Amino acid sequence: MELLLLVISAIFVNNFVLSRFLGICPFLGVSKKLGTAMGMTGAVMFVMTLASVVSWLVYNYVLEPLDLVFLQTISFILIIAAMVQLVELALQKLSPPLYRSLGIFLPLITTNCAVLGCAVMNIQNDHSLIETTVFGIAAGVGFGVALLLFAGIREVLDLAETPKVFKGTAIALVTAGVLSMAFMGFAGLVK
Amino acid sequence: MLVPTAVLAGMGLVAGLGLAAAAKAFAVETDPRQDEVNDALPGANCGGCGFAGCADFAAAVVAGKAEAADCPVCDDATRQAVAAIMGQEVTETKRRVALVMCQGDQSVAKPSFRYNGQASCASADLLGGGSKLCLHGCLGLADCQAVCSFGAIEITEQGIAKVIPARCTGCGKCLAACPKHLIGLVPEDATIHVLCVNTDKGGTARKACGVSCIGCKKCEKTFADDPRIKVSNFLAHVDYDHAPTDASIVEACPTGALILRDLRAFDVDGHETQAPKGQA
Repeated sequence: MELLLLVISAIFVNNFVLSRFLGICPFLGVSKKLGTAMGMTGAVMFVMTLASVVSWLVYNYVLEPLDLVFLQTISFILIIAAMVQLVELALQKLSPPLYRSLGIFLPLITTNCAVLGCAVMNIQNDHSLIETTVFGIAAGVGFGVALLLFAGIREVLDLAETPKVFKGTAIALVTAGVLSMAFMGFAGLVK
Repeated sequence: MLVPTAVLAGMGLVAGLGLAAAAKAFAVETDPRQDEVNDALPGANCGGCGFAGCADFAAAVVAGKAEAADCPVCDDATRQAVAAIMGQEVTETKRRVALVMCQGDQSVAKPSFRYNGQASCASADLLGGGSKLCLHGCLGLADCQAVCSFGAIEITEQGIAKVIPARCTGCGKCLAACPKHLIGLVPEDATIHVLCVNTDKGGTARKACGVSCIGCKKCEKTFADDPRIKVSNFLAHVDYDHAPTDASIVEACPTGALILRDLRAFDVDGHETQAPKGQA
């Protein structure tokens, strides 16, 4: 039950992008096409889950026993960077078109505050390993939900009659705000 | 001091070794010639070859799916270089340039209404074919100029598009951008052209524009035993593969739709450097 609440909280109530405002960079940058957005979601989900788990393991079995808790930030970033490099290598081999369409946003997952935020939140909230894994997956799903919804809206918005001053990024930001307001409807669902 | 450094160094080492192993496992084989070809290409990324940019074209050349001659921007020296990298012979292709087949500017073409909409030919074309009486003519709202990555199209003072042949590379983007499809690719050395695409009956065409082709067939009849210009649907067509050679055919045209224009006689600013040969 606890795990289910954790999942609902991570995906809807405290959505990483729309409630916590983490990971806005790929949210705005990779949401022009639905196909690219799906690819980005997959990459971020993979990195988030794996990075959360590995970070938790390193924190609890290396940093804490050796009283090196102050190395938390830099070691987490090291882990995330390695994960992202792995994803880059894999994508370049397995799907060159996706690799090219993600472009600069793939290595930018390294500095994505959503990924680091997820890893740090697991430590702050004292999650167990299972809870960490579930939270990592759910946070990735939440990020994906927000990104895919936004990409879908933006694709249709591209064809609509937008006032000239709003075209492009401006109307995208306004839409992101409206989407965030919509997700506020979930507030209070989980304490 | 030693312990945190060692821990961090240890983590870095593990990550480094892991990534090295992954790099080997996920290694992508690229032909080294691909980079050489890419470096040799002009790098305009215009898409005229039909591929997504120069890097993609280089990949296609190395894979045998394209030839050096497919790049319209390359000059002969570049083509030779690419062919040399691939160990191939260069196939000779004639350079082609774009030509706007309309002379109906504001001085000769009558307007039908005043267009006040978005400054785009595609938009104007949606409004009943545009604001000129001739529904086939150039609208002059620069859709072609906008897509040209070489700055080879100018809009004249009288409001129609004109290609600057010296800057044109024949990539073909303007052909797709024109909603009236009145831009064509013609061989660079062609001198006789019909600058009209109006297929309306002679009377209608003449009323709409003073320099339109009325399909009178005088050009076709001038050298009746070897007509190099065929008229169909009230419009004269020049077959550029079998082009007319005698410049006097131009004098037969009563409206001035058939003209003599040496596309190589223009400089990079679009000014004529010498009078066309055979001018009456």
